[in-house]
Amino acid sequence: MTLRPRPEKRDPLQRKVERHVPAGLRSRAMHAMSARAAQGRFVLQQCVECSAVTYPPRDICPVCWGELAWRDQVQGATLLAETTVRVTTDLYFRAHMPWRMGTIALDAGPVALAHLSRNLTVGGRADVRLMIDKGGNAALFAMAAGEEPDMSDKQWREFVVPVRDRTILVTDGRGAVGQAVVAALQAAGAASVVVGLPAPAQPPAALAGLTGVRIVPLDLTDTRSVSECLTDIAGPLDIVVNTARFVRRGDGLIDQKHALDVTVLGLLRLTQGCAPMLQGRPSGAFVDIVSSAALAPDAGFPAFSAAQAAHLSLLQSFRHQMRGSGVRVMTLFTGPVDDEDHQSVPMPKVAPSRIAKGVVDALEGGREQLCVGDAAVDAMARWSDDPALYIREKNL
Amino acid sequence: MTAVETVLSGLTSGIASGGIAVVDLTNTLSPDFPVIVLPAEFGQCEPFRMETVSRYDGDGPAWYWNNISMNEHTGTHFDAPAHWITGKDVPNGTVDRLPPADFIHPAVVIDISAQAAADEDFILTRAFLEAWEASHGPIPPRHWILLRTDWYKRVGTLAYLNLKEDGAHSPGPDAEAMRFLVHERACIGLGVETVGTDAGQAAHFEEPLPAHSVLHGNGRYGLQCLTNLDQLPVRGAVIVATPLKIQGGSGSPLRVIALKPGL
Repeated sequence: MTLRPRPEKRDPLQRKVERHVPAGLRSRAMHAMSARAAQGRFVLQQCVECSAVTYPPRDICPVCWGELAWRDQVQGATLLAETTVRVTTDLYFRAHMPWRMGTIALDAGPVALAHLSRNLTVGGRADVRLMIDKGGNAALFAMAAGEEPDMSDKQWREFVVPVRDRTILVTDGRGAVGQAVVAALQAAGAASVVVGLPAPAQPPAALAGLTGVRIVPLDLTDTRSVSECLTDIAGPLDIVVNTARFVRRGDGLIDQKHALDVTVLGLLRLTQGCAPMLQGRPSGAFVDIVSSAALAPDAGFPAFSAAQAAHLSLLQSFRHQMRGSGVRVMTLFTGPVDDEDHQSVPMPKVAPSRIAKGVVDALEGGREQLCVGDAAVDAMARWSDDPALYIREKNL
Repeated sequence: MTAVETVLSGLTSGIASGGIAVVDLTNTLSPDFPVIVLPAEFGQCEPFRMETVSRYDGDGPAWYWNNISMNEHTGTHFDAPAHWITGKDVPNGTVDRLPPADFIHPAVVIDISAQAAADEDFILTRAFLEAWEASHGPIPPRHWILLRTDWYKRVGTLAYLNLKEDGAHSPGPDAEAMRFLVHERACIGLGVETVGTDAGQAAHFEEPLPAHSVLHGNGRYGLQCLTNLDQLPVRGAVIVATPLKIQGGSGSPLRVIALKPGL
């Protein structure tokens, strides 16, 4: 195995840098905006009476006192003015000075304060994204119209999780999803991809000879194995991608127990082990691939669905436990995957390579939640709209 | 002192003096000790797992203990007759009902380590056993038959289960050899270093899985995942193998020791 060189070098005698996150106190209306931003939506409040669009989030329309509703909006804007903040009492921003901000006139109507990309100049047209900051709250980020996100822009990097030059653990390399994820992360420039393989599986041919990819024993059902694997990762660990799952039809007790052991207790073993490692990193992240069956059970796969639901619950708790440290916990929802676990499921199924691309997109786009594939998008839309109906119609 | 008391006293004093050596035939029960892998359509054997309840910490300031879980056939383990369908009607065929006198028996060690090294699918046949008897003398009745393969030296490597694309590869007996040992030599059971009494490819034999089928159908026992068989003499060792008293259990992990002439 060849390791890619890590450009980052640290003086071992230097005191450890303590990391902070942006202040988390927000109004309830702002949390509603953050919840939508986490789903990748660009939303602003719009009055149901007079149609005025408003920002920042409020409880009532500032024009007519009418009721406000969240609506998806056009993302264009013009930069009106900019400033560079050089002094602040805020611990997080103090560590990132100087910081450029500006006022933008959103095409949707309001004028807003936004974080700016390096390439955006006053008077210029902007594309605005609704991002999640390190503290877990929504923030507007404006970049020059048509500009591709620039991973070398230090302000942009604060809102995303760069993959290049990072050390990443992929927990299970046996299946098609795990192998596709490893290949995608490797192609995206990860310095080292450590791939877990539960005994007695043989190292998969698909991973042979990939630069920077190392296979290690890892079985999420074994506490000692998890701890030994994490100890075995040389140097810092930036990102964990959990690809371990146990998919079986039916609800046999033995299968249910194993599904819970891999998916639920396994997640606990993993998060308890890796959280301290991720918390020490500038852009630590934990990505998990979750089935849409976590939202509403598939009666053909009841044991799997139950394990996924419990898994999603733990993952959400883990996200909130990590808020104060800036570690991002990202969820990729998928429908049935086109792999050996879903041979009995009719098309459409999502390709493992598409899930792998989703992992990189979520990290580098700073997405807290991403639905990969039509089935997952459709499931999330139906579940968000009417959960009770969705559970019924899913199992008709 | 009665004659029996003299024997028992001689046993304990022999162990104390080293005149009788005690050999541990047990592999360490650990989470990474391999368990048998069945084809995916069957239920699978759970490996050994251990979660610490407390270790002189807030959950138990002065004590250390663990919760453990495993299959009955995990690690060095005992197979009772009820383990196999052929033994389902054997009276007292579960571990809780076995006669305790069966836990201590002498053993004969048959060394096939050279053959297993040359051919990992080596099959022990009746002809091999007859040739073995011709050079080592007859196998006496009511003995454990221990197959020394030196397979224990592979523990800790993938070569122990030796799984390949066409399944596991490890040595074991054929049906004729098993019938010979059970019916003509009245063995107590078969003890092996591999993960099962049957050969890795025994599911594909003309009479599949003959060791399990013949042993348990006739009320005999199995011992698997043994170690250190190379330290035992061909004859003269006594095996102590006491499975856990699991209600209705088909087998049990256990500590197996052998007594043999010492210094």
